[in-house]
Amino acid sequence: MAANGHEQTVSEYIVHHLTNLTYGKLPAGFVRDDGTVVSDTGLWTTAHGGDEIAAMGFNAVHVDSMIWSVGLGIIFCWLFRVVAKKASADTPSGLVNFVEMVVEFVDNTVKDTFHGRNPLIAPLALTIFVWVFLMNLMDLIPVDLVPEGLKLAGIEYQKIVPSTDPNITMGMAIGVFILMLYYSIKVKGFGFVKELSLNPFNHPLFIPVNLFMEVVGLLAKPFSLGLRLFGNMYAGEMIFILIAALFSVGVMWILPAALLQVGWAIFHILVITLQAFIFMVLTIVYLSMAHEDH
Amino acid sequence: MNINLTLIGQLIAFVAFVAFCMRFVWPPIVSAMAERQQKIADGLAAADRAGHDLELAQKRATEEMADAKREAAVIIDAANKRAAALIDEAKVAAVAEADRVKAAAAAEVEQERARAQEQLMSQVSSLALAGAEKVLGSEIDAAKHAELLKSLTADH
Repeated sequence: MAANGHEQTVSEYIVHHLTNLTYGKLPAGFVRDDGTVVSDTGLWTTAHGGDEIAAMGFNAVHVDSMIWSVGLGIIFCWLFRVVAKKASADTPSGLVNFVEMVVEFVDNTVKDTFHGRNPLIAPLALTIFVWVFLMNLMDLIPVDLVPEGLKLAGIEYQKIVPSTDPNITMGMAIGVFILMLYYSIKVKGFGFVKELSLNPFNHPLFIPVNLFMEVVGLLAKPFSLGLRLFGNMYAGEMIFILIAALFSVGVMWILPAALLQVGWAIFHILVITLQAFIFMVLTIVYLSMAHEDH
Repeated sequence: MNINLTLIGQLIAFVAFVAFCMRFVWPPIVSAMAERQQKIADGLAAADRAGHDLELAQKRATEEMADAKREAAVIIDAANKRAAALIDEAKVAAVAEADRVKAAAAAEVEQERARAQEQLMSQVSSLALAGAEKVLGSEIDAAKHAELLKSLTADH
C-alpha cells in the first residue's frame, strides 16, 4: 500500500479509500499541488486529493460512483429484460424462477403496504430493491481489489460501492420525494395544503406552528431515506477498510483480521439485503401516505 | 462527503431505470405469472372435474355389472331349462326309434322264419318224393305227382 514516493500511513490509507474519483471544475485562482494557478475561466479536470474536490464544490461529478451505479442499473435492466422476454405461462426454469421469485416478493410487499391503484409503485419498488441491493453488494468485494487494480492502470481514486456516496442515495431519495409531492398534490389537491397546515392542531391560530412541524416532517422523509442507506453502507465500508488496514499492522494480526473480515462479510450479507429492503419498503410507505386522503 | 452534480446524475439515472422497468420489465413478467397462475388454477379445476367424472363412471360401471350379472343369471336359467327340455325330447325320440327298430327287426325275423319254413317244406316234399320214387321204383309221372304234392304242401 505504498503510495507515490512515501510510506502511506493508516489514516492516509483510509482517506484514500474514502475519496471518490472526481471530475469537476476548479474555480479561478485555485493553486494546485504542483504550483499551477487555475486561469480566470476555471478548469474542468480530474481532482487530485480532497482539497481540490472541496474547491470544486457542486460543479463536480463522482465518476466512479456514476459508472458503478449506472453500470449496475444496466445489469439489473438487462437481466430482468432477458427474463421478461422469456417469461411465459409455461414451466419456468433457472433464472426465470429466480427473477419471478424476486418480482413476486416485491409484488407482495407492495400489495401489503400500498392499497391504492398505481402502476408505477411496483416497478419502482422492484427497481429500488434490486438496484440498491446490487450497489450494496459491491461492498462485499475486497476493498483493495478494484482500487489497487485500477491504480496500476493510472486511475488514482476509486470507490466501488455507490451507496456509500451520499449523492447516490440522496439522488434516489430526492426522486422518491418528488414522486411523493407529485402524488400528494395530484390525489389530495388543496387537501394537501390543509393537511400541512391544520395538523396536528386544528385551529387557525396554529397554522404557522402546524406548517413548520409538518414541513419539517415532510422534509425529514427523503433525508431519513437517503441518509439511512448512506450511513449504514458508509459505516460498513469503513469497517471493511479498517479490517483491511489491520492486515498491514503486523504478521500476528493477519489471522484475527482474516476472521474479522469473514465475520463482518457474512454479517454484511444480511445488512445489504436488509438496507435494500428498508429503502424499498419506506418508499412504498411514503408513497402510500401520499395517496391517502384524510 | 461532497454533494455535487452526481446527485443530479443519479436522479436522472434513477428516473430512466424506473421508466425502463415500468415499461419493459414489470408488465411482461407479471402478466406471464398471472397467466401461469390462471393455467394452474384451470388445470386443478379440470383435475377435480375429472376425479368427479371418474367417480360417476365407476358408479355406473358397478351398476352395469350388477345388471349384467342379473341378466346372465336369467340367461343361464333359461339355458338350463332348455337343455333339460332337449334331453327329455331326445329321450322320447330315442325310445320311439328303438321301438320302431325293434318292430322292424321282429317283422324281418318273422319273414325270415316264414321263408325258411317254406323252403324246408319244399325240400321235405322233394325228399319225400325222392323217397317215394325209390320205394315204388316204378314209373311215376313226376309232373302228375308234383301237382299232387304241391297241393299237399299248400295244405300244411
